[in-house]
Amino acid sequence: MAACAALAGCGAQSPLEPKSDASRQIATIWWVMLAASVVVFAGAVALLAMGWLRRERKGLPFVGEREGLSTALVVTFGMLIPAAALIPLFAWGNFTVLGATDAPDPGSTRLTVHVVAHQWWWEVRYPGARAVTANEIHIPARTPVNLVATTDDVIHSFWVPQLNRKIDMVPGKTNRILLDADEPGRFRGQCAEFCGLQHVHMGFFVQADTPARFRAWLERMAEPRRAPTTAQQKQGEQVFLDEACSGCHTIRGTSARGDVGPDLTHLQSRTTLAGLTIPNRAAYLRQWVRDPQHVKPGNKMPAIGLDRRELGALIDYLESLR
Amino acid sequence: MGIAATPRAQARIDRLDRIWEEHRGLVGWLTTTDHKRIGILYFFTSLTFFATGGVEALLMRTQLLAPDKHVLGPDAFNQAFTMHGVTMIFLFVIPMATGAFGNYLIPLMIGARDMAFPRMNAVSYWIYLASGIFIYVSVVIGNAPDAGWFDYVPLASREFSPSSGIDFYALGLMFNGIATTATAINFIVTIFKLRAPGMSLNRMPLFCYAFLAVSFALIFALPPLTAALGFLELDRRLGFHFYDVAHGGDSLLWQHLFWIFGHPEVYIIVLPAFGIATSIIPTFVRRKMVAFPLVALAEILVAFIGFGVWAHHMFAVGLATVTTVYYAAASLIIVIPSGIQLFAWITTIVTGTPRFKTPLLWIVGFIVYFVFGGLSGITFAVIPFDQQLTDTYYVVAHFHFVIFGAAVFPILGGMYYWFPKVTGRMYDETAGKVSFWLTFAGTAITFFPMHIVGFLGMPRRQYTYAPDLGWSALNLIESLGAYLLAAGLLLVVANLAVSYFKGEPAGNDPFGGDTLEWSTTSPPPHYNYAVIPKVTSPYAMWDREDREEDARKLDRGELTLERGHETAASTVLDADWDEVLEMPSHSWSPVMVALSLSLVFAMLLLGHWVTAGVFTGLVALVIFGWHMKEPQEA
Repeated sequence: MAACAALAGCGAQSPLEPKSDASRQIATIWWVMLAASVVVFAGAVALLAMGWLRRERKGLPFVGEREGLSTALVVTFGMLIPAAALIPLFAWGNFTVLGATDAPDPGSTRLTVHVVAHQWWWEVRYPGARAVTANEIHIPARTPVNLVATTDDVIHSFWVPQLNRKIDMVPGKTNRILLDADEPGRFRGQCAEFCGLQHVHMGFFVQADTPARFRAWLERMAEPRRAPTTAQQKQGEQVFLDEACSGCHTIRGTSARGDVGPDLTHLQSRTTLAGLTIPNRAAYLRQWVRDPQHVKPGNKMPAIGLDRRELGALIDYLESLR
Repeated sequence: MGIAATPRAQARIDRLDRIWEEHRGLVGWLTTTDHKRIGILYFFTSLTFFATGGVEALLMRTQLLAPDKHVLGPDAFNQAFTMHGVTMIFLFVIPMATGAFGNYLIPLMIGARDMAFPRMNAVSYWIYLASGIFIYVSVVIGNAPDAGWFDYVPLASREFSPSSGIDFYALGLMFNGIATTATAINFIVTIFKLRAPGMSLNRMPLFCYAFLAVSFALIFALPPLTAALGFLELDRRLGFHFYDVAHGGDSLLWQHLFWIFGHPEVYIIVLPAFGIATSIIPTFVRRKMVAFPLVALAEILVAFIGFGVWAHHMFAVGLATVTTVYYAAASLIIVIPSGIQLFAWITTIVTGTPRFKTPLLWIVGFIVYFVFGGLSGITFAVIPFDQQLTDTYYVVAHFHFVIFGAAVFPILGGMYYWFPKVTGRMYDETAGKVSFWLTFAGTAITFFPMHIVGFLGMPRRQYTYAPDLGWSALNLIESLGAYLLAAGLLLVVANLAVSYFKGEPAGNDPFGGDTLEWSTTSPPPHYNYAVIPKVTSPYAMWDREDREEDARKLDRGELTLERGHETAASTVLDADWDEVLEMPSHSWSPVMVALSLSLVFAMLLLGHWVTAGVFTGLVALVIFGWHMKEPQEA
């Protein structure tokens, strides 16, 4: 939107660059509210300016000092005009737009995605398929998706402003939200409810693909891990299983079934690590495994003190999990 | 009295001075029950907390000045924003507005000689001070609460916040609530019973209406908070499960209880500001308020409807649509009484002959920012929009326009307005205007860009941000604005501090004020008025004949109540003469109550339940001892 560019250039996470019908409707109601607010604000400031310009003279032009007319002005501007403006706004916002952006009825969409929030990452499951991933949510474009949002610990909030309003993830509650992207693309999101030390580093994105590409991705993600091929990778897998790693992470196809951290079966299908904190490249991965508390202080992953050779093998193995 | 006193009148004044005399020096301040001295104690204490909360804000703005800075770590940042909220709301705005302004001014405005319960008033202050110190001990020991001022569970549960910071928060706010509740009761009784005979409710200044509304709101808003805090401590310390979903509790229970308190709280913060605005405007535009009865009604209505809107803080938690739509409607209805007041102020200014002196400038700034923050507030009543922008910087921008722009500006304007009355000296007008414009500009530069940064998707409460999200330039501007804002506020303090020593003598009524306080000396004597004033309109000071009548009465010795520590009580609605009340005088008991109660809360914090019980007995003993000693006969 042109006006959006005027707002100092919108970022990747802007509700004013809608990429879905839901976000577009919310953005539209905002621009209308903004226009009306500018009129009201300008009117109020103009009245005060008139008070300053006429500070030597009593009374208003036309109205003069008549008490009854002054009171009538207060009633008109303070009661009647607000009521006349707010009733249509209420109906439009809280019936039309609310309905259009609401979560779909359960079972009414072909695809359901279940996102479980953790301090401080996102677990992504596809009910009906064995696919599991983290922080990078793949959906088909131009397809209504029922996103189920729950939490494993404290309250978090799922928010992809370009696709829809946010929804909190509250212990004991199963909340839902509609995602329906206009076109393929990557839409950044972030936890929006303060959730502790690393609230800021709890980013994610929604990757909308063409339905065909999405299906292919889903099938690949459902498979178990690619078995290690080189000796180095095999040693890496052994390190993974012998050390603390497997207590917290799952790699399907091995005995590692931890459920504290993300599923790593297809780690290399992801482009980022640690909730969008660092890129998923070998050098960063090595730094992350060696000293996770330096990269994201307070996160649940400990440094496990591998020697140089073990670390090299482990990274080589993790790099092979495509 | 404005007129030179005759020897007979002077003799009566000397006698009243003797009767109402308090101790001098430190002992005087520790034992005082004079509402004005208690107001001054409140003023300096809450000003200190304002500075502390300001430093916390500046630390945060410095950390967010540029991406990836390391001024504060994540832990320190979370503690800073938690303490900033707790400090500004519980230790600055409420005590400043009610404790300092309300305490000092309400008895003066209604022509009383003190608050209805002078010793309870002192207890309120000492408990407030003790609770503030209690909460700040957590900062000193490096263990401040860090789950936000809203303190959502389960983040604040023992599982996710094992350290004692949250216990300081919970116990400290319960402790603080005792002081606030006592103050609120005191205001209600004072306003209802101690108005000068003749000041029927429809002749009461709008300032007092605002404080009456605030006091009722406080009495009903604080119990849910206290209950929520009590449940939290039971969960954390004794293994209860109020908020524990795994054992049948509900984490949303906290949110409901907190916001049943928290939203009325917003109006509790803003209403005193409305009251100050309705005092300053008539004086400086030389005109009575337009639509007086509507404004009085609107002040009460705002406080009342404010209790029906709390769930608009919870639109994203997944409540049923029928629930959220109801709360959205209630939130829009509250626009109407706010709109009435707003246009009553504007119309009064426009139809009068305004003198734009420093106090009125602050009120004009307040009106501008209140319109602004009010308009952005309306957008939150559109549920889908609320759910899009809630928990972003757009919200931070909105409520700082309302709470800082609209609530604190009148407090600052009020400081200038009543400074001559309290000190007997004038502030410096030029420095006053400069301080206003600095603060006005600083507020806009700090908080306006936050709307945009919110629309760029920046959530609240994050201790840093990445450089590639397009937030850097606006954050830099905000931080620079915050420094400018701080400079403006420092100039306010500097102006008043220097003027206290070097200001021109002010006289009784330097501005042509409209309410009674301007009829007594500056500063007023301990007993406020030598004669209980005659009141025939809400603009008592503009009724010249009544004021001259007061002077003649002093001469004749009518209504001087000089047989002891006395003031007049009147009937609730019509303010007909009721009786002469014997008021208690200065006492050590209030400070002792606060001290022993501090010991109780300290033991609760440490988990020494039995010792806490023993100290509760001590509190009871002190209160018993207090009541054994009857008010002094003069």
